[in-house]
Amino acid sequence: MAMSFEYKVEGGDFTHAGYASSQVKKMLKQLGVDSTVIKRVVVCLYEAEVNIVAHAYSGTISVNLDTDTINMKLADKGPGIADIEQAMQKGFSTASPEVREMGFGAGMGLPNISANADRFVITSEPGTGTTLEISINLNSAAV
Amino acid sequence: MEKGFFHHALTIREDICTGCSLCMRVCPTGALRIRDGKARLTEDRCVDCGECFRSCPVNAIIIEQDDFSRIFDYKHRVALVPAVLHGQFRHEVSMAEISTVLRSLGFTWVYEVEHGAEVLKPAIEDLMKVRTLPRPLISTYCPAVVRLIQVRFPALIRNLATLRAPLEMAAFYCRKVLRDRGAHNAEIGVFYVTPCAAKIAAVKSPVGEESTPITGVINMDFIYNKINRTLRNKGELARGEEHPYTVDPDTLVWSLTNGEASCVNGRTLAIDGINNVTEFLEQLENDEITGVDYLELRACDEGCAGGVLLSSNRFLVAERLRTKALTLKPVKITPGTEEIPGIEAYSDYLMNKVRITAEIRPRSMYRLSDDRDEAMKMMKRSRRLMCWLPGTDCGLCGAPSCQSLAEDIVRHKADISQCVFIRESNMDKELMDKERSSEIMRRIWGDNNFTKNCNKKGAENESN
Repeated sequence: MAMSFEYKVEGGDFTHAGYASSQVKKMLKQLGVDSTVIKRVVVCLYEAEVNIVAHAYSGTISVNLDTDTINMKLADKGPGIADIEQAMQKGFSTASPEVREMGFGAGMGLPNISANADRFVITSEPGTGTTLEISINLNSAAV
Repeated sequence: MEKGFFHHALTIREDICTGCSLCMRVCPTGALRIRDGKARLTEDRCVDCGECFRSCPVNAIIIEQDDFSRIFDYKHRVALVPAVLHGQFRHEVSMAEISTVLRSLGFTWVYEVEHGAEVLKPAIEDLMKVRTLPRPLISTYCPAVVRLIQVRFPALIRNLATLRAPLEMAAFYCRKVLRDRGAHNAEIGVFYVTPCAAKIAAVKSPVGEESTPITGVINMDFIYNKINRTLRNKGELARGEEHPYTVDPDTLVWSLTNGEASCVNGRTLAIDGINNVTEFLEQLENDEITGVDYLELRACDEGCAGGVLLSSNRFLVAERLRTKALTLKPVKITPGTEEIPGIEAYSDYLMNKVRITAEIRPRSMYRLSDDRDEAMKMMKRSRRLMCWLPGTDCGLCGAPSCQSLAEDIVRHKADISQCVFIRESNMDKELMDKERSSEIMRRIWGDNNFTKNCNKKGAENESN
């Protein structure tokens, strides 16, 4: 049995960032998923969502949930990432000073997602957009 | 779900409740429903914040307390008094006067709870030095907040600063002093004058099921009335000796908003009001908030000055207490000359007791079923139901929102025909007749709400 949801994300709209994370969090609580696993899902989703808000024009979050796994796909229309390896380094960020001012853009986003996900695939086409695929096993508590 | 996990201090008196549903609408955890014209409590959701008590127009919600005469079962009768009690009286009424009244009621020792915060200050500092603990640490001072975290934010349990409350430290101290002077534990009764329901619930079933040094609770409104009567009747009061163990001005305001946080080093935040706390915890749980070291969270506006058992305006209580703290002259006592050594003399003994060692367990209220497959089915069904429910949250179904009705239905605790919108459309389609619809309405709201009653609030012969 599986469930699917989709959330739209608007580039630059920091006010509403975090909506998808809150909704997904509530559903995982209803399913009785361990709180440490929920925490990992929410960290991944929130970081990825903020990435879209900070860097892209718009994006879509597709969540596919079954009793064992959550798969999240975040596809954005945006500048894309030229050097993914560099973007994966801790502390690397192309965020504008304004974004950093708001407490975002510390360059921890992608490494943080990678550390919390069980499966993490990032593909990007410069000038077109970036797609993140994140999977987390809902039954294991260990990272 | 396990029943009776939490002890609750709040009880709904069915004979008084009119089923007006005000409480259902303010409950921050959605723990109340209306059935047969009465408010019903889902116990495992209740965090004893007391919002329902505050909102009830007919005083149908009562807060349990121990029978006052119970204090006389003990040879040594200690009253533990929180500073907010003093904040309820005019500034001219001294703390010593209030102590005198309390002693005249039968207590043998009146001790200010805030002394216990002296022990908490270094204990929090010690805990803050432990680098392996998550940040921010969340104060466990307010029991309603601890319970809110247990039922709604289980991921944040690990952030709880596992320290006992000033109240318990003060109680340990009083017991120790009396024992050192020859009393037996069984002869000592320690009674707490409580400003709220959550504190009662915490005394009766402590966080992590620790043993408690507190014998019983006396509700603050009861004591307030007693003191007020005495002050008004006696004209002049037998002035008691000024209590020599004056509370440190810093800790006197510990229970007010920012009273605790301002005593902690680092980046601290003080948040009051249960809805503000919930909103903040939601963001904290999403990892949206970083760089905060310590959180003081209080369920009531203005902290304990806004406790549900206080009789005076919370802002006045807070202002009076802050003024008192400013004008308080700490009494310097030469060590060794005092009759009873102050709490600082017992700091080693108390520091050994300050940690909560038992585990604080999560009690998620969201979980639909213990079986993941079943929970998934129920979640799907609830989302399907939401397609049909109007989303107006009118409450006529006896649940606080359409979402909560949908969840009640999948938990087999409600029926979709409780929704007035669904019934109306079913009647339009001639799937339901008027009698049936009205019968459902009466089952939710009771027959009384369908008959003329001139005694209700705002009506011709209003009475209580």
